Amino acid sequence: MSHLATLTRTRVRLALRNKMFFFFSVIMPLGFYFLYCGVFAKGDPQTVKFYLGPVLGLNVMGSFWGLSATLVMFREQGILRRFHVTPVTAADMLGSSVLANFSLTLPVVLVELIGARMLFHVHDLGNLLTTAILVGVGTVSFGSLGLVVASVTNTMQETQVINQLLWLPMIFLSGATIPVGYLSPYVQRVALFLPATYMVSGLQNGIYSNASIRSLPVQLYSLVAWGILSFIVAVQLFRWEPETKIPRNAKLIAAATIIPFVLLGIYEQGNGQILQDARAAFESVNSSDRHKPAEDAKP
Amino acid sequence: MPNPVLHVENLTKRYGEVQAVRGISFEVAEGEVFGLLGPNGAGKTSTIEILEGLRPPDGGRISVCGFDPRTHGEELKHEIGAALQATSLPDKIRVSEAIRLFASFYKRRRNVDDLLERFGLQEKRNAFYSQLSGGQKQRLALAMALVNDPRVLFLDEPTAGLDPQVRREIYDVIDELKREKKTIVLTTHYIEEAEKLCDRVAIVDHGKLITEGTPRQLKQSSADKTRIEVRLAKAESETELRILEGVSDCRAINGGYVLHCHRAPQAIVSLVKHLEAQGNELVSLEIATPSLEDVFIELTGRRLRD
Repeated sequence: MSHLATLTRTRVRLALRNKMFFFFSVIMPLGFYFLYCGVFAKGDPQTVKFYLGPVLGLNVMGSFWGLSATLVMFREQGILRRFHVTPVTAADMLGSSVLANFSLTLPVVLVELIGARMLFHVHDLGNLLTTAILVGVGTVSFGSLGLVVASVTNTMQETQVINQLLWLPMIFLSGATIPVGYLSPYVQRVALFLPATYMVSGLQNGIYSNASIRSLPVQLYSLVAWGILSFIVAVQLFRWEPETKIPRNAKLIAAATIIPFVLLGIYEQGNGQILQDARAAFESVNSSDRHKPAEDAKP
Repeated sequence: MPNPVLHVENLTKRYGEVQAVRGISFEVAEGEVFGLLGPNGAGKTSTIEILEGLRPPDGGRISVCGFDPRTHGEELKHEIGAALQATSLPDKIRVSEAIRLFASFYKRRRNVDDLLERFGLQEKRNAFYSQLSGGQKQRLALAMALVNDPRVLFLDEPTAGLDPQVRREIYDVIDELKREKKTIVLTTHYIEEAEKLCDRVAIVDHGKLITEGTPRQLKQSSADKTRIEVRLAKAESETELRILEGVSDCRAINGGYVLHCHRAPQAIVSLVKHLEAQGNELVSLEIATPSLEDVFIELTGRRLRD
């Protein structure tokens, strides 16, 4: 346990000294935040509140990007080998990645929430406990996804290709950029197979619809189960040495981490609660938008 | 050997088609500096990395400080220290941070300031790893290998790629550890390093241990292969020189002759007599006692850095 604590502290320190990290984990999320809240929502508190869930979701989901890249770089440069001759275990190494990422994401999320209140006058930030729990679970689960990616790639290039392939559907189909309610019904059904959809749905329900965490078991438990499964798989497939070959079945095992969302996707096709929530929120924010010009038009 | 701290028996390791280690056996006593000498690709690094618990062996018996790396990896790692080849640290880690971080992993820890002082890194304690020179990085690697006051220290090519002056610096550091009676296993392809630092040397080639002994023993085993280089006033026939008493071979090289002798004193006497009889004269004579390099060439038929 003490290894985990010292490793995590060092990882946080190293990340803060890294300009690339600072750009991708602080500047870029805040850039998105102001784009959504300031430009898309035009600073309207109710619309800002609608977009806050997706913006925080983007921030949390972005975790996987940095974690996979750092781990692959550490392996490529022979840094992991040096740790391998010490009593540090794979779980220590991966656990510290996830914890460091959590500690670094949390302040940005806090700034975004406080900014929503101070700058954009969103006085009711919804259910903060729901947001706190989902941000925590989300950084760990999406961080673990990054660790799984690192376990089945050898070079930075490969890692970036896979990251892109995962990132694009995650941001465009999950409601993180384009509201799910706005997508065609066919695409909405595809979205139900993505972990990102449940992440955004949970956060949006918590913030916009004031939902308690108890009322979001599907979102919470699916992300928890997926996070645990991914972390275990990442530990099993962990490689210290750059020249260690990826075992033949590794890619299959890594791909198996999507099973929880394949099953959930099939179930939700019939249940429809996730899509209903998303559409309801979208319609509600649209109707409040429609009222606004009328108010503006008053002399 | 009574109570060896390290015992290796019939070690084998294969990477796909390549048999990297083919049945290596040796023992190392507490307080001894043991060197694995051989060219690149001889199987030295594979051997040492198996002993450190970094790679699983395919076969053989291993005991390091009483632990088998396969079954007691974690206990073993508390007892050993290592400076690896092809390793690095994050660019933005500070020198003192790195030592402190690695010290935190062990039950037994040395004082960080003492280590910085000893390896001449006090001034660089706040420098980032990326700002260090090659020699400073290697000194940091050695300091980090000692953070847990290990019973056995593994140094894999500790001076490879360093310039001669920095190499001397590293030799001094290892010499000091030797005086402290630290058990050290090092690999090298520098003859000088093996001769200067090691109590005992094993010559490794093509995954096999060819011979082992103290540097002196190894050279003596080759003593019957003394080389005598002579220059003569007039040319002689190689064939006639070759059949002189005490000479086993003769070659004309660069206008002179190189005689390989199994009994040097007899060879010199018979050579002088032969020259007198021919009305020839010695211009110069040089006797070269065999170096470890000669021993290596004799045993493997090739130079170390082929």
